[in-house]
Amino acid sequence: MDSSALFGISTMAYILAMIMYMTYLAFRKEQIGITATVITIAGLAAQTLAIILRWKEFADLSGMGLLRSVPLTNLYESLIFFVWCLILGYLLIEFRFKNRSFGAFVTPIAGIALAFIDLSGVSKEIQPLVPALKSNWLLAHVTMSFIAYAAFSISFSTGLMYLIVTTEKKREPSYIFWTLTFGIFMIVMIAMAIDLFSFKVAVKPDIFIKSYLFKTTFLNSSPAVKLLSWIVSCVILFLVWQFGSLLKKVIQKVNIDAEMLDEITYKSIAVGFPIFTLGGLIFGAIWADQAWGVYWSWDPKETWSLITWFIYAFYLHGRMIRGWRGKKVAIVSVIGFMAVIFTYLGVNLLLSGLHAYGSQ
Amino acid sequence: MEEKKNKSVIDKFWDLLASVQLAIIIFALIALTSIIGTILEQRADEARNLQVLAKLFGESVAPALYTVFNKLGFMDMYHSWWFITLLILFSVNLIICSLDRLPKVWKLTTEPMAPSPEEKLRKFLITREIVIKGPAATVRDTVTDALKQIGFKSQEVTEEKGFQFFSQKGPYSRLGVFITHFSILIILCGAIIGLRFGFKGYVNVPEGTATNLAFADRGTRNIPLGFEVRCDNFDVEFYGMSDMPKEYKSWLTVIKDGREVLKKSIAVNDPLTYEGITFYQSSYGFMNEYMDRGIFLFRLVSANGQSSDVQLRPGDSFQIQGSNISGKILNFSPALRIDEHGHAFTYANQMNNPAVLIDFSESGTRTLTGWILKRHPETWQLPNGDRVEFLDYWGVEFTGLQVRKDPGVWIVYFGCIAMSIGLFIAFFMSHRKIWVKLIEEKNSTKILVGATANKNRAAFERKIDTLLSLLGRKEKGEK
Repeated sequence: MDSSALFGISTMAYILAMIMYMTYLAFRKEQIGITATVITIAGLAAQTLAIILRWKEFADLSGMGLLRSVPLTNLYESLIFFVWCLILGYLLIEFRFKNRSFGAFVTPIAGIALAFIDLSGVSKEIQPLVPALKSNWLLAHVTMSFIAYAAFSISFSTGLMYLIVTTEKKREPSYIFWTLTFGIFMIVMIAMAIDLFSFKVAVKPDIFIKSYLFKTTFLNSSPAVKLLSWIVSCVILFLVWQFGSLLKKVIQKVNIDAEMLDEITYKSIAVGFPIFTLGGLIFGAIWADQAWGVYWSWDPKETWSLITWFIYAFYLHGRMIRGWRGKKVAIVSVIGFMAVIFTYLGVNLLLSGLHAYGSQ
Repeated sequence: MEEKKNKSVIDKFWDLLASVQLAIIIFALIALTSIIGTILEQRADEARNLQVLAKLFGESVAPALYTVFNKLGFMDMYHSWWFITLLILFSVNLIICSLDRLPKVWKLTTEPMAPSPEEKLRKFLITREIVIKGPAATVRDTVTDALKQIGFKSQEVTEEKGFQFFSQKGPYSRLGVFITHFSILIILCGAIIGLRFGFKGYVNVPEGTATNLAFADRGTRNIPLGFEVRCDNFDVEFYGMSDMPKEYKSWLTVIKDGREVLKKSIAVNDPLTYEGITFYQSSYGFMNEYMDRGIFLFRLVSANGQSSDVQLRPGDSFQIQGSNISGKILNFSPALRIDEHGHAFTYANQMNNPAVLIDFSESGTRTLTGWILKRHPETWQLPNGDRVEFLDYWGVEFTGLQVRKDPGVWIVYFGCIAMSIGLFIAFFMSHRKIWVKLIEEKNSTKILVGATANKNRAAFERKIDTLLSLLGRKEKGEK
């Protein structure tokens, strides 16, 4: 079996696990929860094997030895590794806190990342390395960055859950904030699911489209469909805002208290922040110094990493101020993850700069 | 903060500068303004950013917006006065808040531990109580053993009705945050030193030539190097037939006062440093104006197997030994491509597909003119069975070097190391204190445990529970 077949298996497992975790949250049947965990572990095992195989395939192909042939050189490989870290981190939390209900909030992030791979048309091939990436720093810089990203994703999930559990009134800014974020998250997921269905299952277009992402909805060629997509999105946002308290009840029933959510959010950031600083910023600077001759050049990727760093610094310091602890810093943790997404994907896809490796 | 209402203006100002509130406002301002700096391309052509603005806000308002952003310094915002002011404010905040808090924290760090009275012990965030059979004097050893097992070496005092043990770990972890804050200042200092006493520049060195200056990235200043750098050779390797470079390398020689002092081949990720100036392999290209100096290496093979190697310049003629074919080099292209009409054209300024145009004659009469491509051996074959093998070329490429001098870089690196250590201490270590009080009762001993941790209390609580289960087990074992 080669790596791509195993990646396929793990993707299926994670998507199945996502559905199971959601069902578990809704019906609270212990068996469903156990099944979800088992499927997730199986997916992780398949993915681990797939990464090792791909690593070996890459090393054989490039002839550069294992240390320099880390399969982390393009968007596809980095997304795969991100999902791996995220799932591993999630399972650790599940065992540590003996609580499965976070699964319903963490696995969708993995699901979106995996759907994105299929829809955005990123190349899954093993690509030859440009000279700048041939360095021993690749391993340290990229793995540590993604471990931090995964930790931040977990803090996003728990931060959001914290807001869901603690907000009371519909007009409260934090309630509006979480329903909006949650709604957008849902819309993106639904739109991607429609894309996946329409392009991969229903019709297989003969013409090659570089990216399928949102082609059936927001980026459709017909203005009517486009308009409809926006209208439906607004309706979804409104519904989430209107019935958000139902979600609160669901979460409260599976015995998660706000304090625990706050603790996990803080701990994920407390782990992610130093790793991000060292692996992302410091190792990145040292490598840039070697390859480009400048340790800091205000390149968009660097600047966005710094923006992310400042937002999490904001979070860590915000906790020290009376009146900020709780909802306000939870909002900051959610915003921090948005910056992470932009640092990771937005910069590569939308802005130009030296760090363009990930965009192919 | 709630102590005195009538503070002097200076005190208020000091408090403001030392406040976490100011810190998070600065964080937010730096983050928000930086976003604009990543959308507008920095130090770019006006047209580029006009395009960006037009795309975001529409054609009509773009020029006006450009003027506004330009006036505010957003086109080179990381060097603008207000961004630098923000960074200074950030540093001042860091310094003042550290000065403000350090004495208090230093006291907490260095303060020796003292036994604690019972009522205080019961008020700690972590408290436990357990009763063990036997007099305090025998329980005593059990307690010291258990404390040792969870990693605490304890001090002991004898009290009225028993003993008290107390111990602490990692008091210096309280300083982690100061190390982190201080490291940021070190990095900023290193950056300033680099900007003030160093330079960033570039220079393109054609193969076979030397240069004694570089050009500054900003402005048109020439920077004298104080020595010469010669490019002896440049070579680029591609992945298969693609235009994607696999590796590119320059062989450089440093010449000081007419003597060759250093020879090194450099590649991306592997620079050369001499007298504090570092040369990085950054680009390469073909120099049209150097075409005439180019040398091409051919192996001429006649149909009957005679072969000879020749070095030729553009315009040179050659005769294939053992054949009546002769040729003349008419033209050279670094990257040749044939369009759909059969016209040859140069599609890039790099050596992607080097080719020479040769005019062939047979016994003095012109027969054909054709391109010979280095990458495509099938073009080497002539109709009469002779072959012109295009082996190598030299002297027509330049190597693009980044040139940098940064005396502050070691300070920056030192700051980075300090920051890593500081963050590790600040996030993964904590100051833990524990007090264990033994009070002898009739036939048993009451053990009171009180503990504090400045971080990660839950983990310490688990440790304390381990301690208690150790004590409990000991008791059972002794029965």
